Amino acid sequence: MSQGLSPIAFLTRTRRPGRIGVTDILSWAWLILGTLAVLIPVVWAGLSSFKPAAEITRFPPTLLPRVAVQQTVPGFDAPLSLWTVDVDGQRREMAMVRRIGLKAQMVDPSNPGPPVSVDVKTISPVQRLTIATENYTDPLTRFDFLTFLQNSVFVTFVATLLTLVVNALAAFALSKYRFRGEKAIFVLIISTLMIPLTVVMVPAYLVVVGVGLVDSLWGIIIPTVASPTGVFLLRQYMLTIPDELIEAARVDAASEFRIFWRIVLPLTAPALAVLAIFSVLWRWNDFLWPLIVLSSRENFTLQVGLNAFQGEFSVQWNYILAMTFLSLAPVTVVFLFLQKYITTGIAGTGMK
Amino acid sequence: MSTPKATDLGGRALDFVMGIVEAPINGFERLMGRKRMPYLFLAPNLILFGIFTFLPIAIAVGYAFTGGTGLFVSERPFVGFDNFRQLLQCEDYFRPGSCRESLFWTAVWNTLWFVGFNVTATLLVALVTALILNRAMAARGFFRAMFFYPVLLSPVVIGLIWKWFLDRNGLLNAFLQMLGVPPEIFLLEVGWSRFFVVVVSVWFHMGFYTLILLAGLQAIPKDLYEAAAIDAASPRRTLLRITLPLLGPNLLVVLILLMIRSVQIFDEAWVLTNGGGPGTANSFIVQYIYQMAFGSDLRLFGLASAASVLMGLVLLALTLIQLRLGRKMES
Repeated sequence: MSQGLSPIAFLTRTRRPGRIGVTDILSWAWLILGTLAVLIPVVWAGLSSFKPAAEITRFPPTLLPRVAVQQTVPGFDAPLSLWTVDVDGQRREMAMVRRIGLKAQMVDPSNPGPPVSVDVKTISPVQRLTIATENYTDPLTRFDFLTFLQNSVFVTFVATLLTLVVNALAAFALSKYRFRGEKAIFVLIISTLMIPLTVVMVPAYLVVVGVGLVDSLWGIIIPTVASPTGVFLLRQYMLTIPDELIEAARVDAASEFRIFWRIVLPLTAPALAVLAIFSVLWRWNDFLWPLIVLSSRENFTLQVGLNAFQGEFSVQWNYILAMTFLSLAPVTVVFLFLQKYITTGIAGTGMK
Repeated sequence: MSTPKATDLGGRALDFVMGIVEAPINGFERLMGRKRMPYLFLAPNLILFGIFTFLPIAIAVGYAFTGGTGLFVSERPFVGFDNFRQLLQCEDYFRPGSCRESLFWTAVWNTLWFVGFNVTATLLVALVTALILNRAMAARGFFRAMFFYPVLLSPVVIGLIWKWFLDRNGLLNAFLQMLGVPPEIFLLEVGWSRFFVVVVSVWFHMGFYTLILLAGLQAIPKDLYEAAAIDAASPRRTLLRITLPLLGPNLLVVLILLMIRSVQIFDEAWVLTNGGGPGTANSFIVQYIYQMAFGSDLRLFGLASAASVLMGLVLLALTLIQLRLGRKMES
């Protein structure tokens, strides 16, 4: 086997400017195939979410959302479907009156005379591009999706705000003070990173019942506010703020809280922004904990609502996909604009 | 000029609110002294951790030794090791059907198989992608972002997108039909459904691990490669003698992290397979815990807690290995 073709050579060879080798071709093929693998299921779901209910189960499917064109023809009560027909070597659009076996009876829609009989194999339906906006409007008006959406927005917003405040306060204490138990408290907080929800979900549910937050949006906001990753991220950033700034403010007789609020917090803005992005994504996408805590429909978040909806209306894919897309859209927009912060934030802290 | 006025108004409103918040905090400072302030600042965080993280851990272990259907410990009879005995009583651990709690052992075996395939596949795909991206490729930022995008999506959304892609009338079947292959209902067939749970998991998470491995690759000093080039070392030698040994600690951390997360597979598999189907082909440990505790009216909290404790021990062992590796890396 030549060296250029072996997989190891392919993975390690460095690029030589001006020459394109097998290695480069294979690398590009991998990256492009990977990109397609990421995009195709998402784009396919997106395109399907605009298809009308009657079209969505058509097999083999069309790529774009299309619908058969219908037209009212004088002399017929119901609107007739339009088809392309070859008559005497000429392509024409005709309306189908009825279909008998392998023959279809067609009329000219503008000049309806006696029906002509044609072979069904020679005709094809006239279709036009449509966007079934009812897939989006129906779930929001007829089903509970507006409520789910409001709940998700409320939870995401309030939980993120509280997360920033509570963890910034703790990070301030842990980065700018020397006090007894400082190290122990920091280790204690960081150690909670190692306790996954899946292990404590039963007793955590019991605690939420005990404090009376079960089946309430606060029951999914408050238990998730204190975040070890949040404390860690903010503390590491606050450590870089020079202590002289704080000493100078103390000389000017500023209170400790004022120092936090007026000096430290504004200087921590970049780290707060990263934590805010993560907090929004966590809350918006959270599933298992809301699934356990919320039991009545009017309290469901978008994710829990989607899961319940797909169980009940498993055939109405047009609605399910539209609501899936509604849930995916804000995340995609956030990612498009803040992609750099997110990837550097993850590379820097190893968190997700 | 209305905009500056509006921000000014917002700023003044914020000042007003903060003035009210500030007053009692400053009062505390005057009363207790500056040295006690960090405790006050830590209080909200520690109280929340105490109630919603440490209290549940303390209860979790105790809970596993109680029976009955009551919710609070005071309403629950102590049953000793009964829950553990029920979970672990088995004639032949390799045949879940012979176990007293056959659902649990089905879930254990399903999870083990999943962890094996998922960890291998994700690690390979992420490593190859990271190695490729680490070459000075054009558009590296674009591809890194592309592979990372699924990581940010919700597991429910991912479950539904893939369910539609794999549907009887979905795109995959349409493609297969073009090739003349008869359509298949992938998610109702045991082998295919397991295969696609792994595929979806790799699709979902590989971007995250690629990012970590790429950061590790970029931390390898460039002069090592230059020296190798001067010595005319073959690419294979460079990979085996420089890249992989220096990436080793990173690879181990990724491996353990992947194992810890794979053991906890639930959300996307639950949505994709309609709750572990077909039958129990994709029922995993977290699903077992969820179903015992919340899935039916039985509310077998004791049994679910005992299963949680067993899983927690496995995760704890993996975490300790990870910590030890992390410490070795630092030194």
